[in-house]
Amino acid sequence: MKTKRPKPTTPATRLPKCPTGIQGLDEITGGGLPRGRPTLVCGGAGCGKTLLAAEFLVRGTVQFGEPGVFMAFEETEKELTANVASLGFDLTGLIRRKKIVVDYVHIERSEFHESGEYDLEGLFVRLGHAIDSIGAKRVVLDTLEVLFASLPNEAILRSELRRLFRWLKEKGVTAVITAERGRESLTRHGLEEYVSDCVILLDHRVNDQIATRHLRVVKYRGALHGTNEFPFLIGDEGISVLPITSLSLNHKISGERIATGIPRLDAMLGGKGFFRGSSILLTGTPGTGKTIVAANFAQAAARRGERVLFFSFEESPDQIIRNMHSIGLRLDPLVKRDLLRFHSARPSLYGLEMHLATMFKEIATFQPQVVIIDPITSLMDSGTDSESKGMVTRLIDYLKGGQVTSLFTSLTQGGHSLQQSEMAMSSLMDSWLLLQDFEGNGERNRVFYVLKARGMAHSNQIREFLISDRGIDIVDAYIGASGVLTGSARAAQGALEKAAVLASQQEAARLKREVERKRAAIERQISGLRSDYESESAELRRIADQVGTSTLMLTTEQAASGILRQADTKVAANRRVNHRNGKASV
Amino acid sequence: MKTKTVKRRAAAPRQPAKRWQLRLYVMDTTPKSQTAFANLKKFCETHLKGRYRITVIDLMKQPHLAKGDQILAIPTVVRKLPKPVRNIIGTLSDTEHLLVGLDLRAAG
Repeated sequence: MKTKRPKPTTPATRLPKCPTGIQGLDEITGGGLPRGRPTLVCGGAGCGKTLLAAEFLVRGTVQFGEPGVFMAFEETEKELTANVASLGFDLTGLIRRKKIVVDYVHIERSEFHESGEYDLEGLFVRLGHAIDSIGAKRVVLDTLEVLFASLPNEAILRSELRRLFRWLKEKGVTAVITAERGRESLTRHGLEEYVSDCVILLDHRVNDQIATRHLRVVKYRGALHGTNEFPFLIGDEGISVLPITSLSLNHKISGERIATGIPRLDAMLGGKGFFRGSSILLTGTPGTGKTIVAANFAQAAARRGERVLFFSFEESPDQIIRNMHSIGLRLDPLVKRDLLRFHSARPSLYGLEMHLATMFKEIATFQPQVVIIDPITSLMDSGTDSESKGMVTRLIDYLKGGQVTSLFTSLTQGGHSLQQSEMAMSSLMDSWLLLQDFEGNGERNRVFYVLKARGMAHSNQIREFLISDRGIDIVDAYIGASGVLTGSARAAQGALEKAAVLASQQEAARLKREVERKRAAIERQISGLRSDYESESAELRRIADQVGTSTLMLTTEQAASGILRQADTKVAANRRVNHRNGKASV
Repeated sequence: MKTKTVKRRAAAPRQPAKRWQLRLYVMDTTPKSQTAFANLKKFCETHLKGRYRITVIDLMKQPHLAKGDQILAIPTVVRKLPKPVRNIIGTLSDTEHLLVGLDLRAAG
């Protein structure tokens, strides 16, 4: 597994580091152990001290060309070789090729007597001889504390140990000294007093019947280091420390969008699908079609020629292939072309860390562009909450770092609040699709919606999700006063609405006709009234004319008779009236 | 088979008189090493006169020999014979401890 090694530019002032080659440890320590100085590795029984030390040596010579000396106080060469062989280290071969020297120091207390002063020059000679014989750059002393039990004079031992560490520094070798964890101090015999440059604490704890190993860099003089506890595991390729926090949020981000294999879903996600390298969560109650959506996504990706790694924790590969075939998804050709690879394991097979390590290994070897984990929840059950979250974080970080698109399905319990049960995970996810089922009308129907999709416009609509032998179909669901209508209720509602539309269309037509009729009636009335009016007004005009004529005639007649009547009364008035009448009569 | 048994029986009474093989591991000619050698020689002359042999191994010159006898401390005397092997570390200045260590006197 190639991890990127940042900081190639080391300032001159920075402490020179000696890379361990142990997965994750170099990230935590910012490049490795302090070069040319001793490092103390302490921890209780069975937490992997010897293994860490052995891996430091083996990787040192294999990866970095630095030969090493293993001075074993507890295990013989044979035992040690057998122990590390289980991790794939060929110690015998390395010893034969003079890359590693194993010196087993054995002291039988009963054969030991003390008389007068002495020093531990013999140990120095042996170590010095071993170092010089192969030009070793790395030294492991595992475990020096045995000396406390073997040598009677502690005062001499302590002063000699002090001298030993000074001597190791002078030799310029990077040393790892293991020590048993003490009750109150870091080590049982206070070795931390002598090794002050770097102290690493290993721990093996059992939580909820699940044992997890932890590693913590207690002290690293002159260098920045992660101070948290990091879970680590011992796999068949040695130790891997899984840092959560050392991975920072600075993944390269892709703007590329990839289709989901379900066109309607792409449409719901702004028309283009998910972002490449994003993490997608697919939650749903049992039987809502999570695996089907995942398989669709896998098929779409593999058809584009991308490599897809499908981790299945519930079904065997063959079972998935068969089941998907029933809905028209042909996965087996993709498997044959090695574009799609399945990895099935029972969640209870081993602990969470082991799962994670296995997954990392699979991902590293297959180099997929898309990773599907189906379902993540059954995996999370094998750890405590915080561990699980840590694990998912690390997994997502790891995948994002490699721009791998990841799809996690998550099984939620029916009846629980879906959102709440996924709180821990959801914040890590870029997109979240929710599959849900609705019961009613004696049937169970699936609905589907996009809960969130970071960085893209997405539909807020609930869609019904149909699975047929032709695959997935997404149709609009009816949302009425009684909730979302799906299945036959949707069909019924559809028919109802159609009928309603028809009825209203008819009603509208009827109303239109009515109005038309009314308008026509009114118009008829208006024209009748108008003709009435016109005839009346004509009559009126005629009468007015008659009245005018008769009035004129009457006045003329009156005037004429007036003249005759007043002819003999007033002479002056006569003249005036005569004058006026004369005019009028003209 | 028979001869072997006879031999062993014959050898048994001679055991205490058997030669002692002692190895003294030293480091160069440091004062401690010299003191140890002097002390050992004196001790053997006193207690094992005529039936001991001391081999002095200088780890400065032959560092690879340290592994064989599991030498850590300097100086160390290893009693190779008679069996079992005994290790006594130190300058051997404490004769009492040396006697106990070499099984020449019971402890206490």
